[in-house]
Amino acid sequence: MINIENLTKIFDTKQGVVTAADHITMQVPEGEICVLLGPSGCGKTTTLKMVNRIVTPTSGRVLINGEDTTQQDTVTLRRNIGYVIQQIGLFPNMTIAENISIVPKLIGWNKKRYTKRASELLEMVGMDPGTFLKRYPNELSGGQQQRIGVIRALAADPPVMLMDEPFGAIDPINREVIQDEFLKLQRLLKKTIMFVSHDIDEAVKMASRIAIFREGKLVQYDTPDDLLSHPKNDFVKGFVGSDRALKRLQLVTVEEVLETETAVVKMNDSLSQALVKMDDAGYERAIILVDDARRPVGYISRSVAQANQGDCSKHYANLRSVVRLEDNLRTVASKMFTHDATWLPCVNSEGILEGCVTQRGITRHLGATYKAVQ
Amino acid sequence: MEIITYVMSNLSLLAQLTLEHIALVVVAVGLACLMGVPIGIAITQNERIARVVLYTASIIITIPSIALFGIMIPVLSVIGHGIGYVPAVIAVLLYSQLPIIRNTYTAINNVSPGLREAARGIGMTSMQRLRLVEIPLSVPIIMAGVRTAVVMNIGVMAIAAYIGAGGLGVLISRGISQSDPRQLIVGAIAVSLLAIVADTLLLALQKRLTPKGLQS
Repeated sequence: MINIENLTKIFDTKQGVVTAADHITMQVPEGEICVLLGPSGCGKTTTLKMVNRIVTPTSGRVLINGEDTTQQDTVTLRRNIGYVIQQIGLFPNMTIAENISIVPKLIGWNKKRYTKRASELLEMVGMDPGTFLKRYPNELSGGQQQRIGVIRALAADPPVMLMDEPFGAIDPINREVIQDEFLKLQRLLKKTIMFVSHDIDEAVKMASRIAIFREGKLVQYDTPDDLLSHPKNDFVKGFVGSDRALKRLQLVTVEEVLETETAVVKMNDSLSQALVKMDDAGYERAIILVDDARRPVGYISRSVAQANQGDCSKHYANLRSVVRLEDNLRTVASKMFTHDATWLPCVNSEGILEGCVTQRGITRHLGATYKAVQ
Repeated sequence: MEIITYVMSNLSLLAQLTLEHIALVVVAVGLACLMGVPIGIAITQNERIARVVLYTASIIITIPSIALFGIMIPVLSVIGHGIGYVPAVIAVLLYSQLPIIRNTYTAINNVSPGLREAARGIGMTSMQRLRLVEIPLSVPIIMAGVRTAVVMNIGVMAIAAYIGAGGLGVLISRGISQSDPRQLIVGAIAVSLLAIVADTLLLALQKRLTPKGLQS
């Protein structure tokens, strides 16, 4: 847990005194990712760098797991905090193995232990130790270098990590991949992380909590969902964007809005049975057709059922798309728009039908938090 | 033809003078490295001092060598070394300071801020940063400064023959005073060849000392 108390930084510049961080007080609970967000010059980076004292605070203090860092010697403090920066900062004169092992070496691990650790970490980010340990940073792509930057910070297993726009220099496609990888890693490692970003989408995706900064002040500190549904003032509103309701879509998974009581028809049901089931369930347009294992096969539309006779297996149309339980609503909405659908069937990892996501279900879920406040 | 005959009949003298010349330059530039590299590193800590040091070194390098030898005669006479080996080494030592200090200073200062911050953030002490990151990354540029110093001072050392320091300059000075073009030309060519060979060898050394990750 990181406890920041009244942390203030005043810079004396030629243009006069600048308060880069003004009495910042906040807490990052154990195992959470806190994203510091704001326009450039808002104090987010200064605040982050005061935690490992790259920037010396003018006043205030930082406690890490209850221990006041002002009292600690900076070198020891920094060795216990993982640090990832946008410029990555891999040492070009060292191999990947040496880069990863640098902190373990500084704190006196033996060779066997840090060599093993380096291989272990490479495997964690899906890079083959045999190939990469002996290489030099300039032989790696930008995305690979950033992965090494992250695992170097993790090498000595520090409880706390500071990340300063770590994925800022990576192209958008790779950035998504690395973000996902990192989240996966974090679910395993449960580090307490402070993460600077200027990208609201990245923040919404990565954060357990978001801290919005403006001109050295902490404006709002909330969970992504609360921040997007209840921005505190016009600045926050402007910063999170007018499409903030849409951004909330990616915070919600299909599972949360799933309608599980879905009526279905089977292959050897007749079309007239299908019509009855539609009426019973109140479906206006169509009903899902499943096989014996309850895997969705297609759908029977009302017009087809009314105009024809016979078994469902002869008259179904193919499903245009299915979603999975763990998909977020942004993906779902995108699929709905693509296929002009108001509902989509949802399957679990075995491909078995779990229920349906409907547009109405989504809007109802998102609307709930607004109503609660009014 | 005459020149070749001269060379053939004076091989041992030529070899002796060349060795003398090399010994003088190696000792002087060696000492200059021991002095210049630490100075170059130290002045990265303070911009004002850096400016003063680099300015002084630039002024020294503009003093003509013959004048420098002249200035040193009365000064070093006090310890009984007004001419000969000692003033020659001191002159080369001084001339070498600018390329060595300036290259060291520039190289260390040019280590990218990102790397510096990463090194700091990781918890390296300032000595560890120098030893593990800044100096290894600076080696190619420092070596380039040493090469400049060596090549330049092989020339300077030729003039040191006039204050009795020996070396290949002896042939040149004798050639002039005895109006003997053979000695003059042989001396001049030998000095040039020595400079070219030294530069090539040092370039090879520079490549070997450059960290593998910096070679592309």
